[in-house]
Amino acid sequence: MRFMVLVKADKNSEAGAMPDEKILTDMGKFNEELVKAGVMLAGEGLQPSSKGARVKFSGGRTTVTDGPFAETKELVAGFWLWQVKSKEEAIEWLKRAPFDGGTEVEIRQVFETEDFGPELTPEAREREERLREEIAAQQKK
Amino acid sequence: MTATDTHATHRAHEAHEAITAVWRIESAKLIAGLARIVRDVGVAEDLAQEALLAALEQWPESGVPQRPGAWLMATAKHRAIDLLRRNQRLVSKHQELGHEQAERERAVPDLDAALDDDVGDDLLRLIFTACHPVLSTEARVALTLRLLGGLTTEEIARAYLIPEPTIAQRIVRAKRTLTQAQVPFEVPRGADRVARLSSVLEVIYLIFNEGYAATAGDDWMRPALCEDALRLGRILAELAPREPEVHGLVALMEIQASRSRARVGPSGEPILLLEQNRALWDRLLIRRGLAALERAARLGGIAESPGPYGLQAAIAACHGRALTPEATDWEEIARLYGELAQILPSPVVELNRAVAVGMACGPQAGLTLVDALQEEPSLQGYHLLPSVRGDLLVKLGRFEEARSELERAAALTKNARERKLLLDRARACADAAGIGVIGPAARS
Repeated sequence: MRFMVLVKADKNSEAGAMPDEKILTDMGKFNEELVKAGVMLAGEGLQPSSKGARVKFSGGRTTVTDGPFAETKELVAGFWLWQVKSKEEAIEWLKRAPFDGGTEVEIRQVFETEDFGPELTPEAREREERLREEIAAQQKK
Repeated sequence: MTATDTHATHRAHEAHEAITAVWRIESAKLIAGLARIVRDVGVAEDLAQEALLAALEQWPESGVPQRPGAWLMATAKHRAIDLLRRNQRLVSKHQELGHEQAERERAVPDLDAALDDDVGDDLLRLIFTACHPVLSTEARVALTLRLLGGLTTEEIARAYLIPEPTIAQRIVRAKRTLTQAQVPFEVPRGADRVARLSSVLEVIYLIFNEGYAATAGDDWMRPALCEDALRLGRILAELAPREPEVHGLVALMEIQASRSRARVGPSGEPILLLEQNRALWDRLLIRRGLAALERAARLGGIAESPGPYGLQAAIAACHGRALTPEATDWEEIARLYGELAQILPSPVVELNRAVAVGMACGPQAGLTLVDALQEEPSLQGYHLLPSVRGDLLVKLGRFEEARSELERAAALTKNARERKLLLDRARACADAAGIGVIGPAARS
Protein backbone atom coordinates (compact mmCIF):
# COMPACT_ATOMS: atom_id res chain seq x y z
CA MET A 1 0.00 0.00 0.00
CA ARG A 2 1.01 3.58 -0.56
CA PHE A 3 1.13 6.45 1.84
CA MET A 4 1.54 10.10 1.17
CA VAL A 5 3.61 11.76 3.82
CA LEU A 6 2.81 15.46 4.10
CA VAL A 7 5.31 17.74 5.75
CA LYS A 8 3.65 20.87 7.10
CA ALA A 9 4.95 24.34 6.55
CA ASP A 10 6.45 26.55 9.23
CA LYS A 11 7.64 30.14 9.46
CA ASN A 12 10.96 29.32 7.86
CA SER A 13 9.61 27.31 4.95
CA GLU A 14 7.03 30.01 4.30
CA ALA A 15 9.75 32.65 4.37
CA GLY A 16 11.48 30.72 1.62
CA ALA A 17 14.53 30.10 3.82
CA MET A 18 16.60 27.12 2.71
CA PRO A 19 17.29 24.63 5.50
CA ASP A 20 20.83 24.76 6.89
CA GLU A 21 23.53 22.44 5.66
CA LYS A 22 23.18 19.96 8.49
CA ILE A 23 19.47 19.47 7.90
CA LEU A 24 20.05 19.11 4.18
CA THR A 25 22.73 16.48 4.78
CA ASP A 26 20.56 14.59 7.26
CA MET A 27 17.58 14.75 4.94
CA GLY A 28 19.74 13.53 2.07
CA LYS A 29 20.83 10.57 4.18
CA PHE A 30 17.26 9.79 5.16
CA ASN A 31 16.10 9.92 1.56
CA GLU A 32 18.94 7.65 0.58
CA GLU A 33 17.86 5.18 3.25
CA LEU A 34 14.31 5.25 1.89
CA VAL A 35 15.50 4.64 -1.65
CA LYS A 36 17.82 1.84 -0.55
CA ALA A 37 14.95 0.17 1.23
CA GLY A 38 12.81 0.35 -1.90
CA VAL A 39 10.24 2.42 -0.04
CA MET A 40 10.36 5.83 -1.73
CA LEU A 41 8.35 6.20 -4.92
CA ALA A 42 8.50 9.97 -5.12
CA GLY A 43 9.16 13.02 -3.02
CA GLU A 44 9.39 16.76 -3.49
CA GLY A 45 9.83 19.90 -1.48
CA LEU A 46 7.43 22.76 -2.17
CA GLN A 47 8.18 26.45 -2.53
CA PRO A 48 6.48 28.89 -0.13
CA SER A 49 2.80 29.57 -0.63
CA SER A 50 3.67 33.12 -1.71
CA LYS A 51 4.57 31.56 -5.05
CA GLY A 52 1.32 29.62 -5.23
CA ALA A 53 -2.36 30.31 -5.65
CA ARG A 54 -5.73 28.95 -4.67
CA VAL A 55 -8.68 28.35 -6.90
CA LYS A 56 -12.12 28.22 -5.31
CA PHE A 57 -15.05 26.54 -7.05
CA SER A 58 -18.55 27.70 -6.26
CA GLY A 59 -21.80 27.77 -8.19
CA GLY A 60 -20.03 26.99 -11.45
CA ARG A 61 -17.65 29.91 -10.96
CA THR A 62 -14.00 29.95 -10.03
CA THR A 63 -12.21 32.52 -7.89
CA VAL A 64 -8.44 32.73 -7.84
CA THR A 65 -6.53 33.96 -4.78
CA ASP A 66 -2.78 34.44 -4.96
CA GLY A 67 -0.54 33.34 -2.07
CA PRO A 68 0.83 33.73 0.51
CA PHE A 69 -1.70 32.12 2.83
CA ALA A 70 -1.94 32.84 6.49
CA GLU A 71 -2.64 29.54 8.23
CA THR A 72 0.97 28.30 8.03
CA LYS A 73 0.36 25.07 9.94
CA GLU A 74 -2.27 23.94 7.45
CA LEU A 75 0.02 24.38 4.50
CA VAL A 76 2.07 21.62 2.93
CA ALA A 77 5.79 22.24 2.50
CA GLY A 78 6.76 18.92 0.99
CA PHE A 79 5.66 15.37 0.42
CA TRP A 80 6.82 11.81 -0.07
CA LEU A 81 5.03 8.92 -1.66
CA TRP A 82 6.00 5.68 0.06
CA GLN A 83 5.27 2.06 -0.72
CA VAL A 84 5.04 0.07 2.50
CA LYS A 85 3.27 -2.96 3.99
CA SER A 86 1.28 -1.17 6.68
CA LYS A 87 0.55 2.17 8.29
CA GLU A 88 2.79 1.12 11.17
CA GLU A 89 5.67 0.67 8.75
CA ALA A 90 5.11 4.17 7.41
CA ILE A 91 5.09 5.47 10.99
CA GLU A 92 8.31 3.61 11.81
CA TRP A 93 9.99 5.12 8.76
CA LEU A 94 8.75 8.58 9.57
CA LYS A 95 10.09 8.33 13.12
CA ARG A 96 13.55 8.11 11.57
CA ALA A 97 13.18 11.37 9.66
CA PRO A 98 15.49 14.17 10.82
CA PHE A 99 12.80 16.66 11.85
CA ASP A 100 12.70 18.74 14.99
CA GLY A 101 11.42 22.01 16.39
CA GLY A 102 7.75 21.11 16.44
CA THR A 103 7.49 20.11 12.78
CA GLU A 104 4.29 18.19 12.17
CA VAL A 105 4.11 15.52 9.52
CA GLU A 106 0.94 13.79 8.41
CA ILE A 107 0.64 10.27 7.00
CA ARG A 108 -2.26 9.56 4.65
CA GLN A 109 -3.06 6.34 2.86
CA VAL A 110 -3.51 6.49 -0.89
CA PHE A 111 -6.64 4.90 -2.37
CA GLU A 112 -6.02 1.65 -4.20
CA THR A 113 -8.38 0.20 -6.80
CA GLU A 114 -9.67 -2.35 -4.30
CA ASP A 115 -10.82 0.50 -2.06
CA PHE A 116 -13.51 1.53 -4.50
CA GLY A 117 -16.64 -0.51 -3.98
CA PRO A 118 -18.36 -2.22 -6.90
CA GLU A 119 -21.22 0.29 -6.70
CA LEU A 120 -18.84 2.98 -7.94
CA THR A 121 -17.88 1.02 -10.97
CA PRO A 122 -20.38 2.13 -13.63
CA GLU A 123 -19.70 5.81 -12.96
CA ALA A 124 -15.97 5.29 -12.80
CA ARG A 125 -16.13 3.31 -16.00
CA GLU A 126 -17.95 6.08 -17.76
CA ARG A 127 -15.39 8.61 -16.59
CA GLU A 128 -12.59 6.35 -17.71
CA GLU A 129 -14.23 5.99 -21.10
CA ARG A 130 -14.29 9.76 -21.44
CA LEU A 131 -10.65 9.97 -20.42
CA ARG A 132 -9.82 7.37 -22.97
CA GLU A 133 -11.56 9.30 -25.71
CA GLU A 134 -9.69 12.42 -24.61
CA ILE A 135 -6.40 10.64 -24.94
CA ALA A 136 -7.37 9.31 -28.34
CA ALA A 137 -8.39 12.80 -29.44
CA GLN A 138 -5.07 14.25 -28.27
CA GLN A 139 -3.27 11.52 -30.09
CA LYS A 140 -4.91 12.47 -33.39
CA LYS A 141 -3.88 16.11 -33.12
CA MET B 1 -12.54 -6.67 31.58
CA THR B 2 -11.60 -3.46 33.38
CA ALA B 3 -10.70 -0.24 31.65
CA THR B 4 -7.06 -0.74 32.61
CA ASP B 5 -7.09 -4.20 31.05
CA THR B 6 -8.55 -2.84 27.83
CA HIS B 7 -5.94 -0.17 27.81
CA ALA B 8 -3.16 -2.70 28.40
CA THR B 9 -4.48 -4.99 25.64
CA HIS B 10 -4.67 -2.06 23.31
CA ARG B 11 -1.12 -1.06 24.14
CA ALA B 12 0.12 -4.61 23.68
CA HIS B 13 -1.60 -4.72 20.30
CA GLU B 14 -0.06 -1.42 19.29
CA ALA B 15 3.38 -2.58 20.37
CA HIS B 16 2.91 -5.79 18.40
CA GLU B 17 2.01 -3.86 15.25
CA ALA B 18 5.00 -1.60 15.73
CA ILE B 19 7.31 -4.59 16.21
CA THR B 20 6.03 -6.16 13.00
CA ALA B 21 6.78 -2.91 11.18
CA VAL B 22 10.24 -2.58 12.72
CA TRP B 23 10.92 -6.19 11.79
CA ARG B 24 10.02 -5.55 8.19
CA ILE B 25 12.39 -2.59 8.07
CA GLU B 26 15.28 -4.08 10.03
CA SER B 27 15.25 -7.86 9.64
CA ALA B 28 17.28 -8.13 6.43
CA LYS B 29 19.99 -5.79 7.70
CA LEU B 30 19.97 -7.60 11.03
CA ILE B 31 20.31 -11.07 9.51
CA ALA B 32 22.92 -9.87 7.00
CA GLY B 33 25.05 -8.25 9.72
CA LEU B 34 24.82 -11.32 11.91
CA ALA B 35 25.58 -13.68 9.04
CA ARG B 36 28.86 -11.90 8.52
CA ILE B 37 29.80 -12.58 12.16
CA VAL B 38 28.65 -16.17 12.46
CA ARG B 39 29.24 -17.07 8.80
CA ASP B 40 26.02 -19.05 8.64
CA VAL B 41 22.77 -17.62 7.33
CA GLY B 42 20.65 -20.14 9.22
CA VAL B 43 22.31 -19.38 12.54
CA ALA B 44 22.09 -15.66 11.80
CA GLU B 45 18.37 -15.92 11.19
CA ASP B 46 17.87 -17.89 14.40
CA LEU B 47 19.74 -15.20 16.32
CA ALA B 48 17.66 -12.48 14.72
CA GLN B 49 14.48 -14.39 15.56
CA GLU B 50 15.61 -14.64 19.17
CA ALA B 51 16.07 -10.89 19.26
CA LEU B 52 12.60 -10.50 17.81
CA LEU B 53 11.15 -12.72 20.55
CA ALA B 54 12.93 -10.62 23.16
CA ALA B 55 11.37 -7.51 21.63
CA LEU B 56 7.92 -9.11 21.65
CA GLU B 57 8.41 -9.86 25.33
CA GLN B 58 9.84 -6.55 26.42
CA TRP B 59 8.50 -3.79 24.16
CA PRO B 60 4.83 -4.08 25.13
CA GLU B 61 5.99 -3.25 28.70
CA SER B 62 8.84 -0.86 28.06
CA GLY B 63 7.57 0.72 24.86
CA VAL B 64 9.34 0.69 21.51
CA PRO B 65 12.91 1.99 21.98
CA GLN B 66 14.03 5.18 20.27
CA ARG B 67 16.30 3.26 17.93
CA PRO B 68 14.59 -0.11 17.57
CA GLY B 69 17.03 -1.37 14.93
CA ALA B 70 20.01 -0.73 17.18
CA TRP B 71 18.21 -2.43 20.07
CA LEU B 72 17.55 -5.56 18.02
CA MET B 73 21.12 -5.61 16.74
CA ALA B 74 22.60 -5.18 20.23
CA THR B 75 20.42 -7.98 21.58
CA ALA B 76 21.25 -10.34 18.74
CA LYS B 77 24.92 -9.41 18.90
CA HIS B 78 25.14 -10.43 22.56
CA ARG B 79 23.75 -13.80 21.67
CA ALA B 80 26.13 -14.07 18.73
CA ILE B 81 29.11 -13.37 20.98
CA ASP B 82 27.91 -15.99 23.47
CA LEU B 83 27.58 -18.45 20.64
CA LEU B 84 31.03 -17.68 19.24
CA ARG B 85 32.60 -18.00 22.70
CA ARG B 86 30.91 -21.34 23.23
CA ASN B 87 32.20 -22.54 19.86
CA GLN B 88 35.62 -21.18 20.68
CA ARG B 89 35.78 -23.10 23.95
CA LEU B 90 34.70 -26.17 22.06
CA VAL B 91 37.47 -25.62 19.56
CA SER B 92 40.19 -25.08 22.17
CA LYS B 93 39.00 -28.14 24.08
CA HIS B 94 39.57 -30.24 21.03
CA GLN B 95 42.83 -28.49 20.25
CA GLU B 96 42.16 -28.45 16.57
CA LEU B 97 42.28 -25.91 13.79
CA GLY B 98 44.69 -23.73 15.70
CA HIS B 99 44.70 -20.83 13.30
CA GLU B 100 40.96 -20.80 12.93
CA GLN B 101 40.74 -20.42 16.68
CA ALA B 102 43.10 -17.47 16.59
CA GLU B 103 40.99 -15.98 13.87
CA ARG B 104 37.85 -16.35 15.94
CA GLU B 105 39.52 -14.82 18.96
CA ARG B 106 40.31 -11.86 16.83
CA ALA B 107 36.79 -11.89 15.51
CA VAL B 108 35.13 -11.30 18.85
CA PRO B 109 36.69 -7.93 19.77
CA ASP B 110 36.26 -6.81 16.16
CA LEU B 111 32.53 -7.33 16.19
CA ASP B 112 31.64 -3.68 16.50
CA ALA B 113 33.82 -2.73 13.59
CA ALA B 114 32.37 -5.60 11.59
CA LEU B 115 28.85 -4.43 12.27
CA ASP B 116 29.46 -0.81 11.48
CA ASP B 117 31.03 -1.70 8.19
CA ASP B 118 28.99 -1.28 5.05
CA VAL B 119 25.60 -2.87 5.58
CA GLY B 120 25.03 -2.83 1.84
CA ASP B 121 27.73 -5.41 1.21
CA ASP B 122 26.21 -7.69 3.80
CA LEU B 123 22.78 -7.37 2.23
CA LEU B 124 24.20 -8.18 -1.17
CA ARG B 125 25.93 -11.24 0.28
CA LEU B 126 22.63 -12.25 1.85
CA ILE B 127 20.76 -12.01 -1.46
CA PHE B 128 23.37 -14.04 -3.28
CA THR B 129 23.32 -16.67 -0.54
CA ALA B 130 19.52 -16.92 -0.44
CA CYS B 131 19.50 -17.39 -4.22
CA HIS B 132 22.39 -19.87 -4.27
CA PRO B 133 22.09 -22.53 -6.99
CA VAL B 134 22.62 -25.29 -4.42
CA LEU B 135 18.98 -24.62 -3.44
CA SER B 136 15.91 -25.57 -5.42
CA THR B 137 14.09 -22.69 -7.08
CA GLU B 138 11.18 -22.83 -4.67
CA ALA B 139 13.58 -22.87 -1.71
CA ARG B 140 15.34 -19.78 -3.12
CA VAL B 141 12.02 -18.01 -3.46
CA ALA B 142 10.88 -18.84 0.07
CA LEU B 143 14.24 -17.96 1.59
CA THR B 144 14.50 -14.66 -0.30
CA LEU B 145 11.03 -13.56 0.79
CA ARG B 146 11.80 -14.57 4.33
CA LEU B 147 15.36 -13.22 4.71
CA LEU B 148 15.29 -10.20 2.41
CA GLY B 149 11.60 -9.39 2.19
CA GLY B 150 11.02 -9.66 5.93
CA LEU B 151 7.92 -11.80 5.35
CA THR B 152 6.80 -14.28 7.97
CA THR B 153 6.36 -17.94 7.08
CA GLU B 154 2.63 -17.40 7.39
CA GLU B 155 2.69 -14.50 4.92
CA ILE B 156 4.67 -16.52 2.40
CA ALA B 157 2.31 -19.46 2.81
CA ARG B 158 -0.69 -17.21 2.27
CA ALA B 159 0.85 -15.59 -0.79
CA TYR B 160 1.59 -18.95 -2.38
CA LEU B 161 -1.58 -20.71 -1.19
CA ILE B 162 0.61 -23.40 0.34
CA PRO B 163 0.14 -24.78 3.88
CA GLU B 164 2.31 -22.97 6.41
CA PRO B 165 4.13 -26.11 7.65
CA THR B 166 5.23 -26.82 4.07
CA ILE B 167 6.85 -23.40 3.77
CA ALA B 168 8.38 -23.69 7.23
CA GLN B 169 9.86 -27.05 6.25
CA ARG B 170 11.16 -25.61 3.00
CA ILE B 171 12.94 -22.80 4.83
CA VAL B 172 14.42 -25.07 7.49
CA ARG B 173 15.73 -27.42 4.81
CA ALA B 174 17.11 -24.58 2.74
CA LYS B 175 19.04 -23.22 5.71
CA ARG B 176 20.37 -26.68 6.48
CA THR B 177 21.44 -27.18 2.86
CA LEU B 178 23.37 -23.90 2.90
CA THR B 179 25.19 -24.96 6.08
CA GLN B 180 25.94 -28.47 4.83
CA ALA B 181 27.17 -27.25 1.47
CA GLN B 182 29.31 -24.71 3.34
CA VAL B 183 28.14 -21.96 1.04
CA PRO B 184 30.42 -19.02 1.79
CA PHE B 185 28.75 -15.77 2.82
CA GLU B 186 30.13 -13.65 0.02
CA VAL B 187 29.40 -11.80 -3.18
CA PRO B 188 30.66 -13.99 -6.04
CA ARG B 189 33.35 -12.55 -8.28
CA GLY B 190 34.44 -13.11 -11.84
CA ALA B 191 32.64 -15.43 -14.21
CA ASP B 192 30.62 -16.96 -11.40
CA ARG B 193 29.08 -13.59 -10.65
CA VAL B 194 27.13 -13.40 -13.90
CA ALA B 195 25.48 -16.78 -13.40
CA ARG B 196 24.79 -16.09 -9.75
CA LEU B 197 23.33 -12.68 -10.48
CA SER B 198 21.02 -14.17 -13.04
CA SER B 199 19.78 -16.58 -10.37
CA VAL B 200 19.02 -13.62 -8.09
CA LEU B 201 17.16 -11.81 -10.87
CA GLU B 202 15.25 -14.95 -11.75
CA VAL B 203 14.08 -15.41 -8.16
CA ILE B 204 12.85 -11.82 -7.92
CA TYR B 205 11.08 -12.02 -11.25
CA LEU B 206 9.47 -15.35 -10.31
CA ILE B 207 8.05 -13.71 -7.20
CA PHE B 208 6.78 -10.82 -9.27
CA ASN B 209 5.18 -13.10 -11.82
CA GLU B 210 3.48 -15.22 -9.22
CA GLY B 211 1.84 -12.01 -8.07
CA TYR B 212 1.24 -10.63 -11.55
CA ALA B 213 -0.18 -13.70 -13.25
CA ALA B 214 -1.06 -16.13 -10.51
CA THR B 215 -0.46 -19.64 -11.80
CA ALA B 216 -3.00 -21.13 -9.45
CA GLY B 217 -6.05 -20.12 -7.48
CA ASP B 218 -9.12 -18.09 -8.26
CA ASP B 219 -7.57 -14.65 -8.37
CA TRP B 220 -5.82 -13.34 -11.42
CA MET B 221 -3.37 -11.25 -9.43
CA ARG B 222 -1.88 -11.14 -5.97
CA PRO B 223 -0.65 -7.55 -5.75
CA ALA B 224 1.20 -8.01 -2.45
CA LEU B 225 3.68 -10.36 -4.11
CA CYS B 226 4.25 -7.86 -6.93
CA GLU B 227 4.97 -5.20 -4.35
CA ASP B 228 7.37 -7.48 -2.49
CA ALA B 229 9.23 -8.31 -5.70
CA LEU B 230 9.39 -4.66 -6.72
CA ARG B 231 10.76 -3.73 -3.35
CA LEU B 232 13.41 -6.45 -3.61
CA GLY B 233 14.31 -5.25 -7.09
CA ARG B 234 14.56 -1.62 -6.03
CA ILE B 235 16.77 -2.64 -3.10
CA LEU B 236 18.99 -4.69 -5.39
CA ALA B 237 19.28 -1.78 -7.82
CA GLU B 238 20.83 0.31 -5.05
CA LEU B 239 23.06 -2.52 -3.84
CA ALA B 240 24.39 -3.35 -7.31
CA PRO B 241 23.97 -0.07 -9.19
CA ARG B 242 26.46 -0.94 -11.91
CA GLU B 243 24.62 -4.00 -13.19
CA PRO B 244 22.52 -3.05 -16.22
CA GLU B 245 20.36 -6.15 -15.99
CA VAL B 246 19.31 -5.29 -12.44
CA HIS B 247 17.93 -1.99 -13.72
CA GLY B 248 16.46 -3.84 -16.69
CA LEU B 249 14.54 -6.11 -14.33
CA VAL B 250 13.38 -3.20 -12.19
CA ALA B 251 12.24 -1.35 -15.32
CA LEU B 252 10.36 -4.42 -16.50
CA MET B 253 8.59 -4.87 -13.17
CA GLU B 254 7.76 -1.17 -12.75
CA ILE B 255 6.20 -0.97 -16.20
CA GLN B 256 4.29 -4.21 -15.84
CA ALA B 257 3.07 -3.18 -12.39
CA SER B 258 1.89 0.14 -13.85
CA ARG B 259 -0.91 -1.82 -15.55
CA SER B 260 -2.16 -3.60 -12.43
CA ARG B 261 -5.23 -1.42 -12.08
CA ALA B 262 -6.18 -1.78 -15.71
CA ARG B 263 -5.74 -5.49 -16.20
CA VAL B 264 -8.51 -6.68 -13.91
CA GLY B 265 -12.18 -5.99 -14.65
CA PRO B 266 -14.88 -5.17 -12.09
CA SER B 267 -15.68 -8.82 -11.40
CA GLY B 268 -12.04 -9.85 -11.28
CA GLU B 269 -11.72 -11.01 -14.88
CA PRO B 270 -8.47 -10.38 -16.72
CA ILE B 271 -8.38 -7.63 -19.34
CA LEU B 272 -5.87 -8.05 -22.14
CA LEU B 273 -3.19 -5.44 -22.75
CA LEU B 274 -4.73 -3.93 -25.87
CA GLU B 275 -8.15 -3.65 -24.31
CA GLN B 276 -7.02 -2.03 -21.12
CA ASN B 277 -8.10 1.45 -20.26
CA ARG B 278 -4.77 3.22 -20.45
CA ALA B 279 -6.02 6.09 -18.34
CA LEU B 280 -5.78 3.61 -15.48
CA TRP B 281 -2.14 2.90 -16.07
CA ASP B 282 0.01 4.22 -13.29
CA ARG B 283 2.04 7.00 -14.91
CA LEU B 284 4.33 7.24 -11.88
CA LEU B 285 5.39 3.62 -12.25
CA ILE B 286 5.80 4.00 -16.02
CA ARG B 287 8.05 7.01 -15.43
CA ARG B 288 10.04 5.06 -12.86
CA GLY B 289 10.30 2.16 -15.29
CA LEU B 290 11.51 4.37 -18.13
CA ALA B 291 14.05 5.96 -15.79
CA ALA B 292 15.35 2.53 -14.76
CA LEU B 293 15.57 1.56 -18.42
CA GLU B 294 17.62 4.67 -19.12
CA ARG B 295 19.88 3.78 -16.21
CA ALA B 296 20.42 0.36 -17.75
CA ALA B 297 21.10 1.90 -21.15
CA ARG B 298 23.65 4.34 -19.71
CA LEU B 299 25.52 1.38 -18.27
CA GLY B 300 25.75 -0.05 -21.76
CA GLY B 301 23.10 -2.64 -21.11
CA ILE B 302 20.94 -1.89 -24.10
CA ALA B 303 23.35 -0.40 -26.60
CA GLU B 304 26.20 -2.90 -26.36
CA SER B 305 25.16 -6.18 -24.87
CA PRO B 306 21.44 -6.14 -24.30
CA GLY B 307 20.37 -8.54 -21.57
CA PRO B 308 17.08 -10.42 -21.52
CA TYR B 309 15.52 -8.23 -18.81
CA GLY B 310 16.63 -5.01 -20.48
CA LEU B 311 15.09 -6.17 -23.75
CA GLN B 312 11.84 -7.25 -22.15
CA ALA B 313 11.72 -3.92 -20.35
CA ALA B 314 12.28 -2.14 -23.66
CA ILE B 315 9.33 -4.06 -25.09
CA ALA B 316 7.16 -3.20 -22.09
CA ALA B 317 8.27 0.43 -22.51
CA CYS B 318 6.96 0.45 -26.10
CA HIS B 319 3.52 -0.29 -24.69
CA GLY B 320 4.01 2.09 -21.78
CA ARG B 321 4.80 4.99 -24.10
CA ALA B 322 1.82 4.36 -26.39
CA LEU B 323 -1.14 6.44 -25.26
CA THR B 324 -3.49 4.33 -27.36
CA PRO B 325 -3.20 0.74 -28.60
CA GLU B 326 -3.08 2.08 -32.15
CA ALA B 327 -0.01 4.14 -31.28
CA THR B 328 1.98 1.02 -30.37
CA ASP B 329 5.25 0.67 -32.25
CA TRP B 330 4.77 -2.98 -33.22
CA GLU B 331 7.69 -2.97 -35.63
CA GLU B 332 10.03 -1.98 -32.82
CA ILE B 333 8.49 -4.62 -30.58
CA ALA B 334 8.91 -7.30 -33.26
CA ARG B 335 12.54 -6.19 -33.69
CA LEU B 336 13.17 -6.35 -29.92
CA TYR B 337 11.64 -9.83 -29.74
CA GLY B 338 13.93 -10.82 -32.60
CA GLU B 339 16.91 -9.63 -30.56
CA LEU B 340 15.61 -11.38 -27.49
CA ALA B 341 15.27 -14.61 -29.47
CA GLN B 342 18.95 -14.28 -30.41
CA ILE B 343 20.25 -14.17 -26.85
CA LEU B 344 17.51 -16.20 -25.23
CA PRO B 345 16.21 -18.56 -27.89
CA SER B 346 12.95 -19.93 -26.56
CA PRO B 347 9.66 -21.00 -28.08
CA VAL B 348 7.82 -18.64 -25.72
CA VAL B 349 9.82 -15.67 -27.00
CA GLU B 350 9.15 -16.85 -30.56
CA LEU B 351 5.44 -17.02 -29.76
CA ASN B 352 5.52 -13.44 -28.51
CA ARG B 353 7.43 -12.39 -31.60
CA ALA B 354 4.68 -13.98 -33.66
CA VAL B 355 2.11 -11.80 -31.89
CA ALA B 356 4.16 -8.66 -32.58
CA VAL B 357 4.76 -9.63 -36.20
CA GLY B 358 1.04 -10.32 -36.51
CA MET B 359 0.37 -6.76 -35.37
CA ALA B 360 3.12 -5.17 -37.48
CA CYS B 361 2.69 -7.14 -40.71
CA GLY B 362 -0.78 -8.63 -40.49
CA PRO B 363 -2.32 -11.77 -38.95
CA GLN B 364 -1.21 -14.11 -41.72
CA ALA B 365 2.48 -13.32 -41.07
CA GLY B 366 1.90 -13.96 -37.36
CA LEU B 367 0.06 -17.19 -38.03
CA THR B 368 2.91 -18.50 -40.17
CA LEU B 369 5.29 -18.06 -37.24
CA VAL B 370 2.84 -19.64 -34.79
CA ASP B 371 2.27 -22.62 -37.04
CA ALA B 372 6.00 -23.24 -37.08
CA LEU B 373 5.77 -23.69 -33.31
CA GLN B 374 2.93 -26.24 -33.34
CA GLU B 375 5.23 -29.24 -32.94
CA GLU B 376 7.43 -27.60 -30.31
CA PRO B 377 7.53 -30.11 -27.43
CA SER B 378 8.00 -27.52 -24.69
CA LEU B 379 4.85 -25.69 -25.77
CA GLN B 380 2.60 -28.73 -25.56
CA GLY B 381 0.27 -27.97 -22.68
CA TYR B 382 1.08 -24.24 -22.80
CA HIS B 383 -2.29 -22.49 -23.00
CA LEU B 384 -0.96 -19.36 -24.70
CA LEU B 385 -0.07 -21.26 -27.88
CA PRO B 386 -3.68 -22.11 -28.80
CA SER B 387 -4.78 -18.79 -27.30
CA VAL B 388 -2.53 -16.75 -29.61
CA ARG B 389 -3.36 -18.94 -32.58
CA GLY B 390 -7.04 -18.49 -31.80
CA ASP B 391 -6.60 -14.71 -31.79
CA LEU B 392 -4.91 -14.67 -35.17
CA LEU B 393 -7.55 -16.96 -36.64
CA VAL B 394 -10.28 -14.64 -35.38
CA LYS B 395 -8.64 -11.77 -37.23
CA LEU B 396 -8.46 -13.85 -40.36
CA GLY B 397 -12.16 -14.58 -39.99
CA ARG B 398 -11.58 -18.33 -39.53
CA PHE B 399 -13.98 -18.50 -36.58
CA GLU B 400 -14.60 -22.23 -36.47
CA GLU B 401 -10.87 -22.99 -36.18
CA ALA B 402 -10.47 -20.09 -33.74
CA ARG B 403 -13.21 -21.48 -31.52
CA SER B 404 -11.57 -24.88 -31.17
CA GLU B 405 -8.18 -23.24 -30.41
CA LEU B 406 -9.66 -21.03 -27.73
CA GLU B 407 -11.46 -23.97 -26.16
CA ARG B 408 -8.21 -25.91 -26.16
CA ALA B 409 -6.50 -22.96 -24.44
CA ALA B 410 -9.30 -22.83 -21.85
CA ALA B 411 -8.81 -26.51 -21.06
CA LEU B 412 -5.08 -25.95 -20.55
CA THR B 413 -5.00 -22.90 -18.27
CA LYS B 414 -4.94 -23.44 -14.53
CA ASN B 415 -6.32 -20.00 -13.74
CA ALA B 416 -10.08 -19.93 -13.25
CA ARG B 417 -10.50 -16.30 -14.38
CA GLU B 418 -8.50 -16.81 -17.52
CA ARG B 419 -10.43 -19.97 -18.37
CA LYS B 420 -13.69 -18.06 -18.23
CA LEU B 421 -12.32 -15.34 -20.49
CA LEU B 422 -11.15 -17.88 -23.05
CA LEU B 423 -14.48 -19.72 -23.02
CA ASP B 424 -16.35 -16.43 -23.49
CA ARG B 425 -14.26 -15.70 -26.53
CA ALA B 426 -14.75 -19.22 -27.88
CA ARG B 427 -18.49 -18.71 -27.56
CA ALA B 428 -18.26 -15.38 -29.42
CA CYS B 429 -16.44 -17.24 -32.20
CA ALA B 430 -19.16 -19.88 -32.34
CA ASP B 431 -21.74 -17.11 -32.71
CA ALA B 432 -19.68 -15.39 -35.37
CA ALA B 433 -19.15 -18.65 -37.22
CA GLY B 434 -22.91 -19.18 -37.10
CA ILE B 435 -23.77 -15.84 -38.66
CA GLY B 436 -20.60 -15.48 -40.64
CA VAL B 437 -19.58 -12.03 -39.39
CA ILE B 438 -17.90 -10.74 -36.30
CA GLY B 439 -18.62 -7.44 -34.66
CA PRO B 440 -16.27 -4.96 -33.04
CA ALA B 441 -16.02 -7.31 -30.05
CA ALA B 442 -13.35 -9.29 -31.89
CA ARG B 443 -10.11 -9.32 -30.03
CA SER B 444 -7.06 -7.75 -31.45
